[in-house]
Amino acid sequence: MEYAKIGLKVGLEIHQELETSHKLFCSCPPKLFKGPPEFIFTRLLRPSQSELGEIDPAALFEFLQGKMIIYEGDCETSCLVEMDEEPPHKLNEEALDTSLIVALMTDSNPVDEVHVMRKIVVDGSNTTGFQRTCVVSLGGSIKSGEKTYELEQICLEEDAARKIGDDASATRFRIDRLGIPLIEISTAPNIHDPKEAQEVAFAIGRILRSTGRVRRGLGTIRQDLNISVAGGAVIEIKGVQKLELISKVVEYETLRQLNLIEISSELQKRNIKDSDLQEEFIDVTELFRNTKSKIIKSATAKNQRVYALKLPGFSGLIGRELYPKRRLGTEMADRARFYGGVKGIFHTDELPGYDILEEEVRSLKDEVKASENDAVVIVAGEADECRNALSAVLKRAKEALQGVPAETRAANEDGTTFFTRPRPGAARMYPETDVISIPITSQRLESLRRLIPEPPEEKLKKLMKEYTLNEKLAKQILESDFQELFEKIVKEMNVSPTLVVVTLTETLKSIAREGCVVENITEKNLFEIFRLIGEGRMYKEAIYETLKWLSNNSEASPLEALKALNLETISREELRRIVELKISENKMMLEKLGEKALGPLIGILMKELRGKVSPDEIRNQLKSAITTFIKDRKE
Amino acid sequence: MMNEDVLRGYRGRLREKLGSEKIGIGDLIKVEYGEKSYEGILMPRLESADEFHIVIKLKTGYNVGIAFEEDMKIVRLKEAKKPTFKPPPLPESSSDLPEISIISTGGTIASRVDYATGGVHAAISSRDLLSIVPELSEIAKVEGDILFSVFSENIEPKDWSMMAKRVADKIKSGFEGIVITHGTDTMGYSAAALSFALSSLPVPVIFVGSQRSSDRPSSDAASNLIAAVSAAAQAPFAEVVLAMHETSSDDSIVFHRGTKVRKCHTSSRYAFQSVNSKPLARFRDRRIEMIEKNFRHRGGRELILRDKFNERVALLKFHPGFNPEIIDWAVDEGYKGIILEGTGLGHVSSKCYKSIERAIHEGLIICMTSQCIWGRINMNVYSTGRELINLGVTPLEDMLTETAFVKLTWALSQSNSREEALKLMATNLAGEFSHRTLYTWK
Repeated sequence: MEYAKIGLKVGLEIHQELETSHKLFCSCPPKLFKGPPEFIFTRLLRPSQSELGEIDPAALFEFLQGKMIIYEGDCETSCLVEMDEEPPHKLNEEALDTSLIVALMTDSNPVDEVHVMRKIVVDGSNTTGFQRTCVVSLGGSIKSGEKTYELEQICLEEDAARKIGDDASATRFRIDRLGIPLIEISTAPNIHDPKEAQEVAFAIGRILRSTGRVRRGLGTIRQDLNISVAGGAVIEIKGVQKLELISKVVEYETLRQLNLIEISSELQKRNIKDSDLQEEFIDVTELFRNTKSKIIKSATAKNQRVYALKLPGFSGLIGRELYPKRRLGTEMADRARFYGGVKGIFHTDELPGYDILEEEVRSLKDEVKASENDAVVIVAGEADECRNALSAVLKRAKEALQGVPAETRAANEDGTTFFTRPRPGAARMYPETDVISIPITSQRLESLRRLIPEPPEEKLKKLMKEYTLNEKLAKQILESDFQELFEKIVKEMNVSPTLVVVTLTETLKSIAREGCVVENITEKNLFEIFRLIGEGRMYKEAIYETLKWLSNNSEASPLEALKALNLETISREELRRIVELKISENKMMLEKLGEKALGPLIGILMKELRGKVSPDEIRNQLKSAITTFIKDRKE
Repeated sequence: MMNEDVLRGYRGRLREKLGSEKIGIGDLIKVEYGEKSYEGILMPRLESADEFHIVIKLKTGYNVGIAFEEDMKIVRLKEAKKPTFKPPPLPESSSDLPEISIISTGGTIASRVDYATGGVHAAISSRDLLSIVPELSEIAKVEGDILFSVFSENIEPKDWSMMAKRVADKIKSGFEGIVITHGTDTMGYSAAALSFALSSLPVPVIFVGSQRSSDRPSSDAASNLIAAVSAAAQAPFAEVVLAMHETSSDDSIVFHRGTKVRKCHTSSRYAFQSVNSKPLARFRDRRIEMIEKNFRHRGGRELILRDKFNERVALLKFHPGFNPEIIDWAVDEGYKGIILEGTGLGHVSSKCYKSIERAIHEGLIICMTSQCIWGRINMNVYSTGRELINLGVTPLEDMLTETAFVKLTWALSQSNSREEALKLMATNLAGEFSHRTLYTWK
């Protein structure tokens, strides 16, 4: 696709947790807890009114539903500040230093005085109802490949509580993550290609990691993307957790917007106007009295209703694919779920189907007087849920006439996205008067300048030279979370740098692909594995299984892993004993094949001893044992 | 509001420069020096901040400070827009709901933020209140009334009198319940004061405050206010109480007796605790449930207003090394009574005996409470206690120190003699004593 032609514009907001001794506005350690919470409290957040008498519509909607917010916490990771029971303490200067270092590295202009703001967020992710955030520097640029990309600003802010559950009556959060310092780097919307967007994100990620002052592991870096195409709308996609996903998310969103624009022009061709879309919800429960559809049956069994809405001129468009596996119907279903609390919708573009029969579809169309060009959407649930859901579907249909509705979406792991809320109005911010402003002196900037790490390009060259790594491996370790650990290991231990890089990058990735939680493997254990290898107490063939086992046993040590996996090294004596045993078990083969028996016998032994002894050792011992055997035979 | 400083917080040369450019807070300005250039709305500066930075709100909504330079160029691009508040249409109250008066004395129980300048404006009229907490219209017909607007640390005994008088007026004109909004720091004192001043009370009087200011979405103000108005409208009791959060959660508000409540935490929502008693009632799931079985019921009795307080009462906390001359000073200054907050069961050092003896001889009333907060005074256990009793010190059972102080200021103004005042002090008038000390555990 020629992205320049369609006017693709992408802006990135990279959020990275910082490694500090304590949180941004209190002295709690930046840590998460496992296991059951020590305390629980429930709150309601009331959307506050602005001077203009306006309230965020999405926030108001959730508040009016009377949804409670349940917070879980423990005393090791949270205090009264996270509970919003005590005013914030002073801004963490260590976190400010790190942000300023990043600003200096990107030619971003530090402000003369930092002012902490409250940004209203009423989804419960902040106990206060706002996020504390401050601009540290303005402007700047970042190099990626041959190009330079403009930055808008760098902010320092507090991370939000983690959402751990959501149902109709309450949303559940853990407050441990709340208050961990986050740096936010925003680029200008000057990126015009999905791949470039991803590369810029990687470039920012490299700079952040090079400071050695950022947190690592899943969820410690998150991307928000602002994406638009000409004739579309700015869509904010939140919470992309992996850098590798960015180009796909951008590609999909581009397709989505282009197809929505196409649907809009098709509707215009069909001469459909806003006034054609009427709010008429028809109770069609009776038509499905004897239906085979499990979903409808289970609803009517609970005395719930089935309602229908006619969408004139929409036939064939609701089922049209916007991007892989997502249709306009999917977007309508998202809205129906959000505003109506129903499980989903059915529409005539996909019917008959889902055990709804042709005759049911026919009588449905008759009942709502739908012609060939019209589509019909049905939902099942309590009467008011159905009406809220269909009202939301109708609103989405009206937006389809216009093209792309501005909204906030969230990313799935496959790069697809779903509706989360209408795009809030201009961010409402007011000063956090409980935190005093901090002047940034030129002396402070000067002393921070001395802490600037070498730029990633220099570091790359150095890694290649110092550890004789090829460019691919050097890049791999530089872009991983483990550059520091790598250097520590190869400096202290007699192990091959290539083996260390491959283990810390490719091996970990491949066991992650198998579904293992690699975050459970501690740096201490990674270090320990190479210590054992360096001392000859473990063989590289055992690495893969050991890591897999440790990902399921985060508290255990590599030695315990080896024991559990029966991969403890064996002595030379023991190996000799096993080799002799194998020889006597396979006399027939040896007599037949002579020295050629070496290959098959190595196979047999490796199967049994893989990881417990080095393959070279097996080969050597076996070879001499075979020679002896043949010699004995001859004699 | 009329004479509001258009350059609030700015001082020195910077202020002169802004003034000479006719720039005021809220104006869109451009600041240029060297290669740097900023555009944004001029924001007020905090009183405590230095005089060398200009604060502007950028287009993104963020504030930043710019260091002032003599040769910097500052120009006004656009004059400030006066904030206009267009309240949403008011919900209709059903005409058969009880009529409730909300008397405001300060503290921002209801307010809205001006996002342009960050200013927080108190909402006090009933119209404002209802637009911010529309649920109130389903509970009662609400009238809003501003008595005064002060930080609660500035409230004085004469203000208790004003509050009591205003409540009496409201009751006379037919309101079926009264809510008083109050800053939390001294709300416990005011609640105790009105408990004594409003005797033979026919309707509930509910003090209410908030520990998180009402401009923030997580404020406890609205839930406390809803509970307070509900109690004023529906509660079966006719007592002076204080409505605040029971725990850190928003789902339960408790009503503490005005004479038994104390602020026990500097910042939490559950700061107020009933001491040596249980709360009177609880508001949960939109219902009021009584906890205490003995209480004064609503009824058609006539209110008796006793709204005088004698300010010449001292509250002295004893500590190791306490200088008894402080007591002598109070006597010389013409004080009429002293509450001694003693140690343990009710003790002060024997070094104080002489001064206490003299004070009582001069006609002062000296009462003893305990700095332990929880538990009851008993001055018969140790010889120190017995000697203090012999000197004429009055033990105040399990009464809160703060309540004892308020009660003594009130009792002195209600009596013609020392004996009469002492008799009042010893009589349980508003639940200030409980005769059984209950097991309290946390």
